[in-house]
Amino acid sequence: MKIHEYQAKEIFSQFSIPVPRGSVVRDAEEARKIADQIGGEQWVVKAQIHAGGRGKGGGVRVADTPEAVAEIAKEMLGMTLVTPQTGPQGKRVTKVLVEEGVSVKQEFYVGAAVDRANQCPVMIASSEGGMGIEALAASHPDRIVREWIDVGLGLPAFQARNLVFGMGINPGLMRAGTGIFTQLYRLFDSFDCTLVEINPLVVTEDNQLLALDAKIEFDDNALFRHKEFLELKDTDAQDPLEVEASQHRLNYIRLEGDVGIMVNGAGLAMATMDLIKQAGARPANFLDVGGGATTEMVTKGFEIILQDKNVRGILINIFGGILRCDVLAKGVVEAAKKVAIKVPVVVRLDGTNVEEGRDILAQSGLDFMVAASMADAAEKVRGLEVS
Amino acid sequence: MSILIDKNTRLLVQGITGREGSFHTRQCVAYGTNVVAGVTPGKGGQTLDDIPVFNTIHETVESTGANASLIFVPSPFAADAIMESAAAGIPLTICITEGIPIKDMLKVVPFLKRHNVRLIGPNCPGVISPGRCKAGIMPGHIHKEGSIGVISRSGTLTYEVVHQLTQSGLGQSTCIGIGGDPIIGSSFVDILKLFDKDPETRGVVLIGEIGGSDEEAAAEYIKDHFNKPVLGFVAGLTAPPGKRMGHAGAIISGAGGTAGEKIAAMREAGIHMVERLGELGRAARDLFGEIIS
Repeated sequence: MKIHEYQAKEIFSQFSIPVPRGSVVRDAEEARKIADQIGGEQWVVKAQIHAGGRGKGGGVRVADTPEAVAEIAKEMLGMTLVTPQTGPQGKRVTKVLVEEGVSVKQEFYVGAAVDRANQCPVMIASSEGGMGIEALAASHPDRIVREWIDVGLGLPAFQARNLVFGMGINPGLMRAGTGIFTQLYRLFDSFDCTLVEINPLVVTEDNQLLALDAKIEFDDNALFRHKEFLELKDTDAQDPLEVEASQHRLNYIRLEGDVGIMVNGAGLAMATMDLIKQAGARPANFLDVGGGATTEMVTKGFEIILQDKNVRGILINIFGGILRCDVLAKGVVEAAKKVAIKVPVVVRLDGTNVEEGRDILAQSGLDFMVAASMADAAEKVRGLEVS
Repeated sequence: MSILIDKNTRLLVQGITGREGSFHTRQCVAYGTNVVAGVTPGKGGQTLDDIPVFNTIHETVESTGANASLIFVPSPFAADAIMESAAAGIPLTICITEGIPIKDMLKVVPFLKRHNVRLIGPNCPGVISPGRCKAGIMPGHIHKEGSIGVISRSGTLTYEVVHQLTQSGLGQSTCIGIGGDPIIGSSFVDILKLFDKDPETRGVVLIGEIGGSDEEAAAEYIKDHFNKPVLGFVAGLTAPPGKRMGHAGAIISGAGGTAGEKIAAMREAGIHMVERLGELGRAARDLFGEIIS
């Protein structure tokens, strides 16, 4: 689960990681008041969306008067921000963070993440703050310092020092620097994070370390032991269909194509998306109904697919294992009766009780195109000629 | 022969009295698996059908000689279940449970290494050596005894592949789902090493998906050390970056992890790549047909 910058900065403060003074607002007048309260001569207005690269899309702007802060906030609130990470459809801005302006002497990248290949947490530091760490890892791997963490030990002081000196900080800031790494790892560990990032961590003109940005991602599977974070979830930032699906325990992701899919199992669902592309069409969604899907879940899945106005055909691909084909077929027929389906539906069933399942579809009187195999399903999708 | 499990496997099921645990235990028994015991803490002394239930794995091993464990324990308690199995010296643990926190698995992995035991999963369909032993949730009847090894990160996609192999007349030595999570007990390479030493396995089908770099590691290993023919498929060519495709591990994040990169690395290593899933059975017959007949 991703949270917003302002929420992450609140958590940073709890862990004594210094952040600029500021506050999140939802309207322009409030933005002006906050700027007045903060005082000073310069302010920064930052759009709060779940995507990076905001500066490039006009989502981070500097103002010299509280009136300019209000003006910028007014422009940003309600706009759809397109950055290199949002995709072409962009993300709508409903909140902005107003902060004090900071004079920056030096920028660093600092982060904690899970290293899958080495199966342990890794802390990362670099002298090249502000830019994308992935691009840097590709172009200048030597400018990145990594320390792999023994989860039984946590972060020992020497590793914190390796990070601080490795990223080339002024030795006078060693204590402050190691303090930030120690607290960052504590935060990462105690809240089951999959990512904590400060990009950039800066040295200010008066030689203070400050986290100018903050990014935290929590492990969804561990939220049961951090229920307080559930309320940080911003459903405004999510696709409404995705929100609705998750309420029904359906794993749905909206995509940009026009052939809706319903599949059991994530791997098979991805392979089914690929099959649609190879048949010359584009998948409208990813939808995994899981191994224990009920009639209600299948019906709901149908409804969600059909709410997407781009959908011009549907492919149901089920490999019956534990979820038997006859149960699925009953669910599909029942759903089709409840929901008016006006687009062609290709159904491919195989596995446990496949004959019974196909019989149910055939006797339903409904106009399904039944595919005998994955290859046949591809042919039938091609025949939909939706694109 | 086969790898990991066979007729000599004495399986215990952790979480045997739960809904999933009891259902799948019966399915495994019906397939012919020797399920010797179950463990549910607090329910020791009960039975499931004729299978005795114990409180701890330690006493289960002493009483029954169990040598493999299959886990259906709910996710908040599953890491603990894996460690209990490892600490009791069970050489093979297969964890079906989905949704275990990453931090729990980061603690489990070094624990397993200290006890020198193997884990398959979590978030996987399990392991089957057709005709001999099924320790998992896959439908047994789609499998056929034979000499193709199958390794995959997913569940139903593996069933699809196995089904096509069987339909093409190609039986399987052992099929393993290694799991769809970012932190898992056994990698593709770990399993390939076992297939390499198994004389019955004449060829391998490797099914990957987006996320991580396990496919690339497998490609490197195959290129330098693996001499049996390998057929490969990678799901997720159309998956957009930053979106988690169901499995916790199936996400393209930052640099790397895309299907295109994985396919290129695997092809470079001499793996025969299938691009269209519908054609996998035929491609397998073309590649393995001669070796096997």
